[in-house]
Amino acid sequence: MRNWPKLFVVAVLGVSLVACSSTGDKKEEPAEPIVEDRMMDGSGDASSSALPQEGMFQGDPLDDPAGELVNRVIYFDYDQSDISDEARAIITAHANYLASRPNMRVVLEGHTDERGSREYNIGLGERRAQAVRRLILFQGVTDDQIETVSFGEERPAAEENDESAWSQNRRVEILYQR
Amino acid sequence: MGKVIRTLGLLTIICLPWSAQAVLNIEITEGVEGETPLAIVPFAWEGKGKPPENIAAIISNDLARTGLFRLIAEKKFLEHPHHGGEVNFDNWRTLGVEDLVVGRIRLAANGRYLVQFQLFDIYRKSGAVGPGSDDAQIKQLAGYNLPASKKDLRRTAHYISDIIFEKLTGIRGAFTTRIAYVTASGSKDNKQYSLQIADSDGHNPFTVLKSPEPIMSPAWSPDGNKIAYVSFEGRKSSIYVQDVATGQRKRVSSHKGINGSPAWSIDSKRLSITLSTNGNSDIYIMDVASGRKTRVTHNTAIDTEAVWTPDNRSLIFTSDRSGRPQLYRIPVRGGRAKRLTFEGNYNSRAAFSPDGKTLAMVHGSGSGFQIATMQMDSGELTVLTNGRLDESPTFAPNGTMILYATSYKGKGVLYAISVDGKARQRLLLQDGDVREPAWSPFTQ
Repeated sequence: MRNWPKLFVVAVLGVSLVACSSTGDKKEEPAEPIVEDRMMDGSGDASSSALPQEGMFQGDPLDDPAGELVNRVIYFDYDQSDISDEARAIITAHANYLASRPNMRVVLEGHTDERGSREYNIGLGERRAQAVRRLILFQGVTDDQIETVSFGEERPAAEENDESAWSQNRRVEILYQR
Repeated sequence: MGKVIRTLGLLTIICLPWSAQAVLNIEITEGVEGETPLAIVPFAWEGKGKPPENIAAIISNDLARTGLFRLIAEKKFLEHPHHGGEVNFDNWRTLGVEDLVVGRIRLAANGRYLVQFQLFDIYRKSGAVGPGSDDAQIKQLAGYNLPASKKDLRRTAHYISDIIFEKLTGIRGAFTTRIAYVTASGSKDNKQYSLQIADSDGHNPFTVLKSPEPIMSPAWSPDGNKIAYVSFEGRKSSIYVQDVATGQRKRVSSHKGINGSPAWSIDSKRLSITLSTNGNSDIYIMDVASGRKTRVTHNTAIDTEAVWTPDNRSLIFTSDRSGRPQLYRIPVRGGRAKRLTFEGNYNSRAAFSPDGKTLAMVHGSGSGFQIATMQMDSGELTVLTNGRLDESPTFAPNGTMILYATSYKGKGVLYAISVDGKARQRLLLQDGDVREPAWSPFTQ
């Protein structure tokens, strides 16, 4: 959801400012899917006010409200730890950022929904955090930059007892330590 | 910044031997009336002012909770005797009462009390009985004078319940045992977790640990002296062992990743625990005194929630090595794991009955998660509950009841259920979620 405006901004930036990306790591990102995303959105005319007027974001890419590091939650299916293509793109962006900053550390917090037993869910949350960790390590990030912790079902993002809450709770949160 | 917050979090963790707390209300939701008609006469208070405690009410609630007795309402009573000499047994036979409890509380020296009670079987005679049998020969099943301080009066009442229960059923009473459980209160972003210990009826809860981070998996040592638990103080899991009487505790495991599922060996010397030092959940055994650990499972699946078999030689644990969580048995020294459960797509969190003949578990079918029991000899599975999110079963130390957690109107609550599943009661905390009950062993 939240990455639609972001993709739109990136697309417009890409067109108007040419290669002027906010993170400097953009060159790997192909242009075509971004344009497709924008067209699929079908409401591009409504969000043009979100454009930054002064050009590039100046601070740390982590603080760029329109940057690709804004997404720090990866979602999962029930009792699964498979990473979707969409999540893979988010994780890769964080991995690139971490690889370029060897002193930056992250904690990957694994979470589950409330179904099933609590300690099994601790194991499941850890498995999810490890799946994200492996993908980040694959991009050349060193092991001591990453720590995993599983909270299982103990710290839900949404507290209701239904699928809409559960889908928000099956997640890994990427928490930068700075 | 993050570090400062973590440190503050640590400072607000309070580790206590005792403190007063809100009271659990017990609400009988599905009381199946028991077979045995029983009358408990309010105890006389032979002192000034109000009686110091309603002993008869405590005993009545204890016995009603088991689902084994039919308690006769006081408004039907034809008399209110307080000791055997005052009883006209015909008045009780008229009401269909089989067993009668009478008693009185007297003031003793030094501000202490003396609680006297007698239990009669109205239809049984003691010794040889002649014609026109005399009520003086009615069988007294039990009769005691019990000294107590004011603070001990509730406990004395539970002790009387234990005696009555054992006399009438032949099974040791467990009313003087206690329950530990975890509570969570406050808003999502400002949660307070606590580990509490209460009487078996939910009264006298006291907080043994408070923390802004989750607390999980309380486990009593079989000798009843210690509780092991998982605490996320500093946003990392660690296993602690806390002395119940003093409140002193020791961190026994704080590896990277998971430190979870502590379960005591039968001799209270070792803990089985779950660690993820190799990247996923595996089961280890730790000698508590030395801290030495040995690995039991070697599998890329989630292996966790181990409990010890009564012979101290094997563990039953949860593993999803077959794709979904199921229960397995493995020797403590490691080796081949044998799958135990095949019914349903989710079986986890095993708990042994005290005699080791029955295993309770969380059982997932198409419609949520219920508590089920499995007979160890036959493998026969019985689903006992009908909730959607039932979990964390724990047996009473006499094996007659199971306590478990579930969700009721969006809140975590505890239920007590008889092992046949027929009688069920909800225990309600006044505030917040209650979860992860652990019934204590018998106190020695």
